[in-house]
Amino acid sequence: MRRLRLLFLAPAGIISLALLIAPLAIIGGYSVLTRGAYGGVERPWTWESYRLLLNPLYGEILFRSFWIAIVSTGLCLLLGFPLALFIAQSGPRKSLYLNLVMLPFWTSFLVRTYAWMFLLRDTGLINTALQSLGLIRQPLPLLYNDGAVILGLVYGYLPFTILPIYAALERLEPCLLEAAADLGAGPWSTVARIAIPLSAPGIWAGAVLVFIPTLGTYLTSDLLGGGKTVLIGNLVQNQFTTARDWPFGSAASIALMAIVLLLLMALRSRGTQDLL
Amino acid sequence: MKRALALYAACAYAFLHAPLLILAVFSVNASRFTIWQGLSLHWYRAAFADVQLTSAAANSLLIAVIATLLSTVIGTLCAYGLWKRGSTWLAGSLYLSLVTPEIVTGVSLLAFFQWSFRYLHMQLGLHTVILAHVAFSIAYVVVVVIARLRMFDPTLEEAALDLGATEWQAFGRVTLPSIFPGVAAAALLAFTVSFDDYVITSLVAGVDSQTLPMVIYAMARRGISPEVNAISTLIVVGLGALILVSERLREA
Repeated sequence: MRRLRLLFLAPAGIISLALLIAPLAIIGGYSVLTRGAYGGVERPWTWESYRLLLNPLYGEILFRSFWIAIVSTGLCLLLGFPLALFIAQSGPRKSLYLNLVMLPFWTSFLVRTYAWMFLLRDTGLINTALQSLGLIRQPLPLLYNDGAVILGLVYGYLPFTILPIYAALERLEPCLLEAAADLGAGPWSTVARIAIPLSAPGIWAGAVLVFIPTLGTYLTSDLLGGGKTVLIGNLVQNQFTTARDWPFGSAASIALMAIVLLLLMALRSRGTQDLL
Repeated sequence: MKRALALYAACAYAFLHAPLLILAVFSVNASRFTIWQGLSLHWYRAAFADVQLTSAAANSLLIAVIATLLSTVIGTLCAYGLWKRGSTWLAGSLYLSLVTPEIVTGVSLLAFFQWSFRYLHMQLGLHTVILAHVAFSIAYVVVVVIARLRMFDPTLEEAALDLGATEWQAFGRVTLPSIFPGVAAAALLAFTVSFDDYVITSLVAGVDSQTLPMVIYAMARRGISPEVNAISTLIVVGLGALILVSERLREA
């Protein structure tokens, strides 16, 4: 049995080693090398790329990435919690409502981002409608700004908060909510003082699940931010393509990975293991 | 409270679905502009006549089919092996692949391929895209198949072994058939994530391996073309149908 089991695990093990661990190790190595004259990398070994990350110019990019990720995560929680509560309380139609959340989520991230470009552009649906109603003369600058990026991120990752919060609320004993009501709590204070504290692990899990991809976002900030909203993801992409500074791009990637792993470790101490 | 919550949910569902519905409506609009001028399939015809779009779609299909086959086989075997007895480092590295930001996966694979080409004398192309897609979709397959295996009664397999089946026969003729809906659901999921990927693909694709998301992305950046509305609607409907089937299989 042991031999068969090894045989079963071997292909996935080889792929993981070759196409996940080795590539991460390579950029780890590149991040402490010097940029080559024709792109690529050369010696000597140096921490210069990491020092460059703390340079005010790039520090600002890091700061903006954090700010946009925090705002998007906050909005996702704010919008996701009531919907998760609604689904958890909707009895036999739970799975239908849950599928209605997940269906657009799995279809196509690119198309869903494009759909917002179609709505927000100068000649998009919203501006055209407002103009033909005579409410505005000039199109509103809805696209290519931080607001559009945050909207795209919230739209894209909202289901990530709904699922774990729903899973946590689902486990809540209904009698606890009834007991609160019997003891005189109004519906709002039941939610605020019973449902939210008891579903905290789900809320934490949802927050981290949204924060990680929004911190590293590339596609949304590029399409909806129009190149103006440079975030860590765009910085990394740019260093590996046009700027051809691989050591710096690698250092930014490793920094991003380190933040992600630290967050996940912090989360493990909050009783969320089985919700992720 | 109940009523307020239901009203809110209606708004939230509208927010989630309206952008895609509007896109679909305007894909059958006769006008090039965002003004309704009547029904027409003109943009669908234009999309199908566009060689760049159709050849990219063919590439995407080829990549997704091969990557799905490979990752489903490898992922199913892996899930079975992990279900028998856990492997901390393998489970850990699959988890790592799920939480690594896409852009980091993309650039690290690019760096890895460029590094290995110094010894292999190859170039970026369809093969590198397929390898990248296999690498990131295995974890999805393992997650779905393991969930299915947890519902499977291991005594059935023990019974087969007691009755003289070899381990291989017990897996192939008892376990695999009963977890098959889960395997099929995993394959459909792998197909969707492969077909839709832009960030990783664009970094490891060669000049001859433009995929559909890459062409759509380039068109979207240049400006809105109603052709993109048409092709986007087809993608949403196609992948949406696959996901619905996948969900059904998982619940079956």
